[in-house]
Amino acid sequence: MYRYDEFDQSVVDQRVVQFRDQTQRFLRGELTEDEFRPLRLENGLYIQKHAPMLRIAIPYGLVSAQQLRMLARISREYDRGYGHFTTRQNLQLNWPRLEDVPDILALLATVQMHAIQTSGNCVRNTTTDPLAGVARDEVVDPRPWAELVRQWSTIHPEFAFLPRKFKIAITGATVDRTAALVHDIGAQAVRNERGEVGFRVFVGGGQGRTPMIAYTIREFLPANELLNYFDAILRIYNLHGRRDNKYKARIKIIVKEMTPPVFTRQVEAEWERIRGGPGTVPDDEIERLSGFFTDPPYQDFARDSVAYRAAIADSRPFSRWADRNVKPHKRKGYAIVTLSLKRTGTPPGDATAADLDAIADLAERYSFGEARVTHEQNLVLADVLQTDLHALWVRLQELGFATPNIGLLTDIVCCPGGDFCSLANAKSIPIAEAIQRRFDDLDYLYDLGDLELNMSGCMNACGHHHVGNIGILGVDKNGEEWYQVSIGGAQGNEASLGKVIGPSFAAADVPDVIVRLVDVYVENRHEDERFIETVRRIGIVPFKERVYATAH
Amino acid sequence: MPQLIKNGALVDDPWSLRRELSSLAELGTGTREIVSLPSWLAHHDALIARGNVGVWLAPDADPEALAADVGTLPLVAVDFPAFTDGRGYSIGRLLRDRYGFTGELRAIGDILRDQLFALAECGFDAFAIRSDRDAAAALAGLRDFTGIYATTSRTPQPWFRRRKESSDKPVSAGGE
Repeated sequence: MYRYDEFDQSVVDQRVVQFRDQTQRFLRGELTEDEFRPLRLENGLYIQKHAPMLRIAIPYGLVSAQQLRMLARISREYDRGYGHFTTRQNLQLNWPRLEDVPDILALLATVQMHAIQTSGNCVRNTTTDPLAGVARDEVVDPRPWAELVRQWSTIHPEFAFLPRKFKIAITGATVDRTAALVHDIGAQAVRNERGEVGFRVFVGGGQGRTPMIAYTIREFLPANELLNYFDAILRIYNLHGRRDNKYKARIKIIVKEMTPPVFTRQVEAEWERIRGGPGTVPDDEIERLSGFFTDPPYQDFARDSVAYRAAIADSRPFSRWADRNVKPHKRKGYAIVTLSLKRTGTPPGDATAADLDAIADLAERYSFGEARVTHEQNLVLADVLQTDLHALWVRLQELGFATPNIGLLTDIVCCPGGDFCSLANAKSIPIAEAIQRRFDDLDYLYDLGDLELNMSGCMNACGHHHVGNIGILGVDKNGEEWYQVSIGGAQGNEASLGKVIGPSFAAADVPDVIVRLVDVYVENRHEDERFIETVRRIGIVPFKERVYATAH
Repeated sequence: MPQLIKNGALVDDPWSLRRELSSLAELGTGTREIVSLPSWLAHHDALIARGNVGVWLAPDADPEALAADVGTLPLVAVDFPAFTDGRGYSIGRLLRDRYGFTGELRAIGDILRDQLFALAECGFDAFAIRSDRDAAAALAGLRDFTGIYATTSRTPQPWFRRRKESSDKPVSAGGE
């Protein structure tokens, strides 16, 4: 993974000094709350319902064992011994003390981490494919580009106060695993017919109050123009994005109001004026960055492990786990393992300090000392020997990370909701748990197959409910918590936004509603047809009729 | 105490900012005056003949309106009605990088210490610190960072180009 040089370290260290000074001035009354708020947000610090919340950046989701141990230590010493992995591949601490945050940031800096721009109206943590570098369908490794974008966006002076937050995802595979089409900018690395690397650039996607699928602003951008093009997009957005209404301030709104062709013309004109300038990334810089993301010292195998095959044949629980939680690796004899942070009874995405330490140990023992965070709030060990899989599975069972539910209905993507977040209209964690308890029959879940259920406690859509095959949104009705259900959303290459099936439900009814939706699927599905495909084929009416026929 | 920071030091401000101007008769004689873009455009030739006139831009102004005048204008100010309104950063960059303005580029309005570094990177060299704040203390804000990555007006060569000239070696993370 990337390692800071002295310059990188100086930027992060100076940011800590700056924020310590800002915090002290706030505590002395020299900065008002309104003046301090944007400054603390751009350092990841929210003031939440019960306490501050600190969102720590995990750039493009890649984290080392040493960094995991530091996160564990910080959560132990400064928080309540646990953290929450988010849909932006970050980690949130729910209970730090405001006055401790500069010390926390200083500790993070010692392991080349920070909380810079994890909130606020600026360029947020850039996300990428959790299978980067190991996926079989990868065209270009996105990590050097993601690191390039991390550096460019870090304290970019022109874009420190955008109209609203700005999220970028970068992928280099044929299958999009980054939800690129619901980002302000999505960039997909591709090769043209001459074999040159470039990017297909999407712009104007997003979730939240007005969800939209991004449009393709450019089919092929020469790779070394990436930052110039981003500068052009952001400059047009910074100058023309709406600032009169925070709900209309995301780039997707200005794209829609200008219309995509007009927005494209403005961006392209801006780009033409800076194209080839100093922001053009030299090939040797990309080579330098790529040098940090070379293959680890893999062993050579002529074929996949026979012992692994035998273990699968031998044990149904192991084969279930292997089927759901293990993905094929680009190298023979290796596998990609997803650790499920979705066991029933634990809030989705949560991990304790002991968990983080244990995962650090597993990363060192089984996966060259690195782990990745997925935007579905699970963790990945990307380079596991197939011959180690059984031993790893045994250990993961002890730790509670072996729930064989990756991509299944109980692998719920879920924001912290009303239990923690002051923006939330409704709780989300207890609803997720109630659904997980209702669907506790693994055989049944396994038979249902791929089904993404995403839940957000409010319009801001941190739980990505718009792109859940089933989406649940917490809403406030006269001071009571209700839940609106949508179906037909999807992430990936065929991204789509879910459609609301009708009036919202009381919390206690939500598991029944999900059961009815699933029943309609089971009765109507064609062989091997996934839930989303059935919804697309038969439409939402049969689902709607079933749910409301008996519910009211 | 002066409230103006220019070229990294506190200085007395020789300029008068005319937020509103109903007629040119309001301008003093022999004084330095900053007028709005609409005033400038309305009295363009008279103001050029007068001399000692600068122009302030609202955040929704198109700096291209000054493209023909940047060679003669001694001062352009950009207004930040709220420090969270970041349009002026792009306006600063356009004035410097696209239109080649080399005179004093002044940030006015809700100008506070914590934005000075970014403003300076975007080409501003003068900062009218909000009147209720300690401008001397705000000077420290110019030194928040010794360098950043991006291409900026002050530092046109991004770090990945400057890095080649430096001899930085990767350092291992500290900690355990």
